[in-house]
Amino acid sequence: MRESTIMRIHYGTALGAVALVAVHVLFRFTQDFSDSLQYESVIANYQFLPYAGLLEIILVLLSIHGFNGLRVVLLELRQGRAYEKAVSYGCLAAMFAVIAYGSRTIIMASAGTVS
Amino acid sequence: MARRGLAAEAAGTAVSPSRTVTLRISRENPADARGGERGFSVHKVPVEKWTTVLDAILDVKKHIDHSVAVRYSCRQATCGSCGMLINGRPRLACFTKIDELGADTVTVEPMKNFPVVRDLVVGFERLFEAHRGVKPYVVGAGGSGGPPGAAEAAPQTPEELERFVQFSACIKCGLCNSACPTMATDSSFVGPQALAQAYRYVADSRDKGREERLKIIDESHGIWRCHFAGSCSQVCPKGVDPAMGIQLLRGYLLGFRK
Ligand code: SF4
Ligand code: FES
Repeated sequence: MRESTIMRIHYGTALGAVALVAVHVLFRFTQDFSDSLQYESVIANYQFLPYAGLLEIILVLLSIHGFNGLRVVLLELRQGRAYEKAVSYGCLAAMFAVIAYGSRTIIMASAGTVS
Repeated sequence: MARRGLAAEAAGTAVSPSRTVTLRISRENPADARGGERGFSVHKVPVEKWTTVLDAILDVKKHIDHSVAVRYSCRQATCGSCGMLINGRPRLACFTKIDELGADTVTVEPMKNFPVVRDLVVGFERLFEAHRGVKPYVVGAGGSGGPPGAAEAAPQTPEELERFVQFSACIKCGLCNSACPTMATDSSFVGPQALAQAYRYVADSRDKGREERLKIIDESHGIWRCHFAGSCSQVCPKGVDPAMGIQLLRGYLLGFRK
């Protein structure tokens, strides 16, 4: 993939994440902040499907943006073909792992498997 | 008999008193078999209002220590040979008056982000290679470089010229590359000098090599590694503003500019 395409995705995910995280933060104002961190309240959020969808999208956007950022930082730290390949594939794998693990949590919580 | 003296207007001219400054010259010879460790030679040099840092170094070279290695040629900020760190900032030695530094001690060191050849002389291979890499010439309709054909030599409007003329003032002195923080960590980064030149030709209405050139800089150590610190533009002695050129180039890559 061309670097400009990757950076378009990088900037796009940043803008998307800022907007959705703002919505997520605004949701905190619907109740007392300390209440919003209560166990029941958190589970209720996950079980409200549109909200669970919002969290899933935030997870994907931040993972893409964050791991590409990490890739960029690591590429600037050291150079070399093998190193760069390892960094690129490593970051991609880590990104998928985080998305998979986070999605699993969201799905389990919204399906009620977590009590 | 009337006394002969200075004409009235000349007599009114303030004559700058000469003073003495301490000149610390970085000394290093990496090729030295004994290790070539870096140190400083310290000299007291008399300066006038018009004395440049290069003048002072050449004074030392002429009268005190002829082994000081320094590269220079035009002595008028045109050839781009005499770039060095002067009191910690990349500057042209021939274009920096000691007086304007406002310091009693002047420290001169080789530019950062370049390999040291000896003392104040650095190797420009990486800069020239990156510069050549962005095809710094008007590419003709057939995709060739070299002297322009009839179409490329076509006159331009003042507006068309305005888009790139500032960037054609680059003298390849390397001060921008020396100030760039990405250059310090990323040994494969193409650098602000080459990127500014890429913009200079991309923005030229006669050029037919835009796509090719944009492709060259659109890679993992290309234009996207610039973090817009802006230090390149701060130190450029010719007002080229490489940081702006880089942002304008990004506009082409992101589709904001045509
Ligand atoms: S852009 Fe400015 S600082 Fe950089 S090489 Fe050209 S003249 Fe020197
Ligand atoms: S000697 Fe030519 S730029 Fe300084």
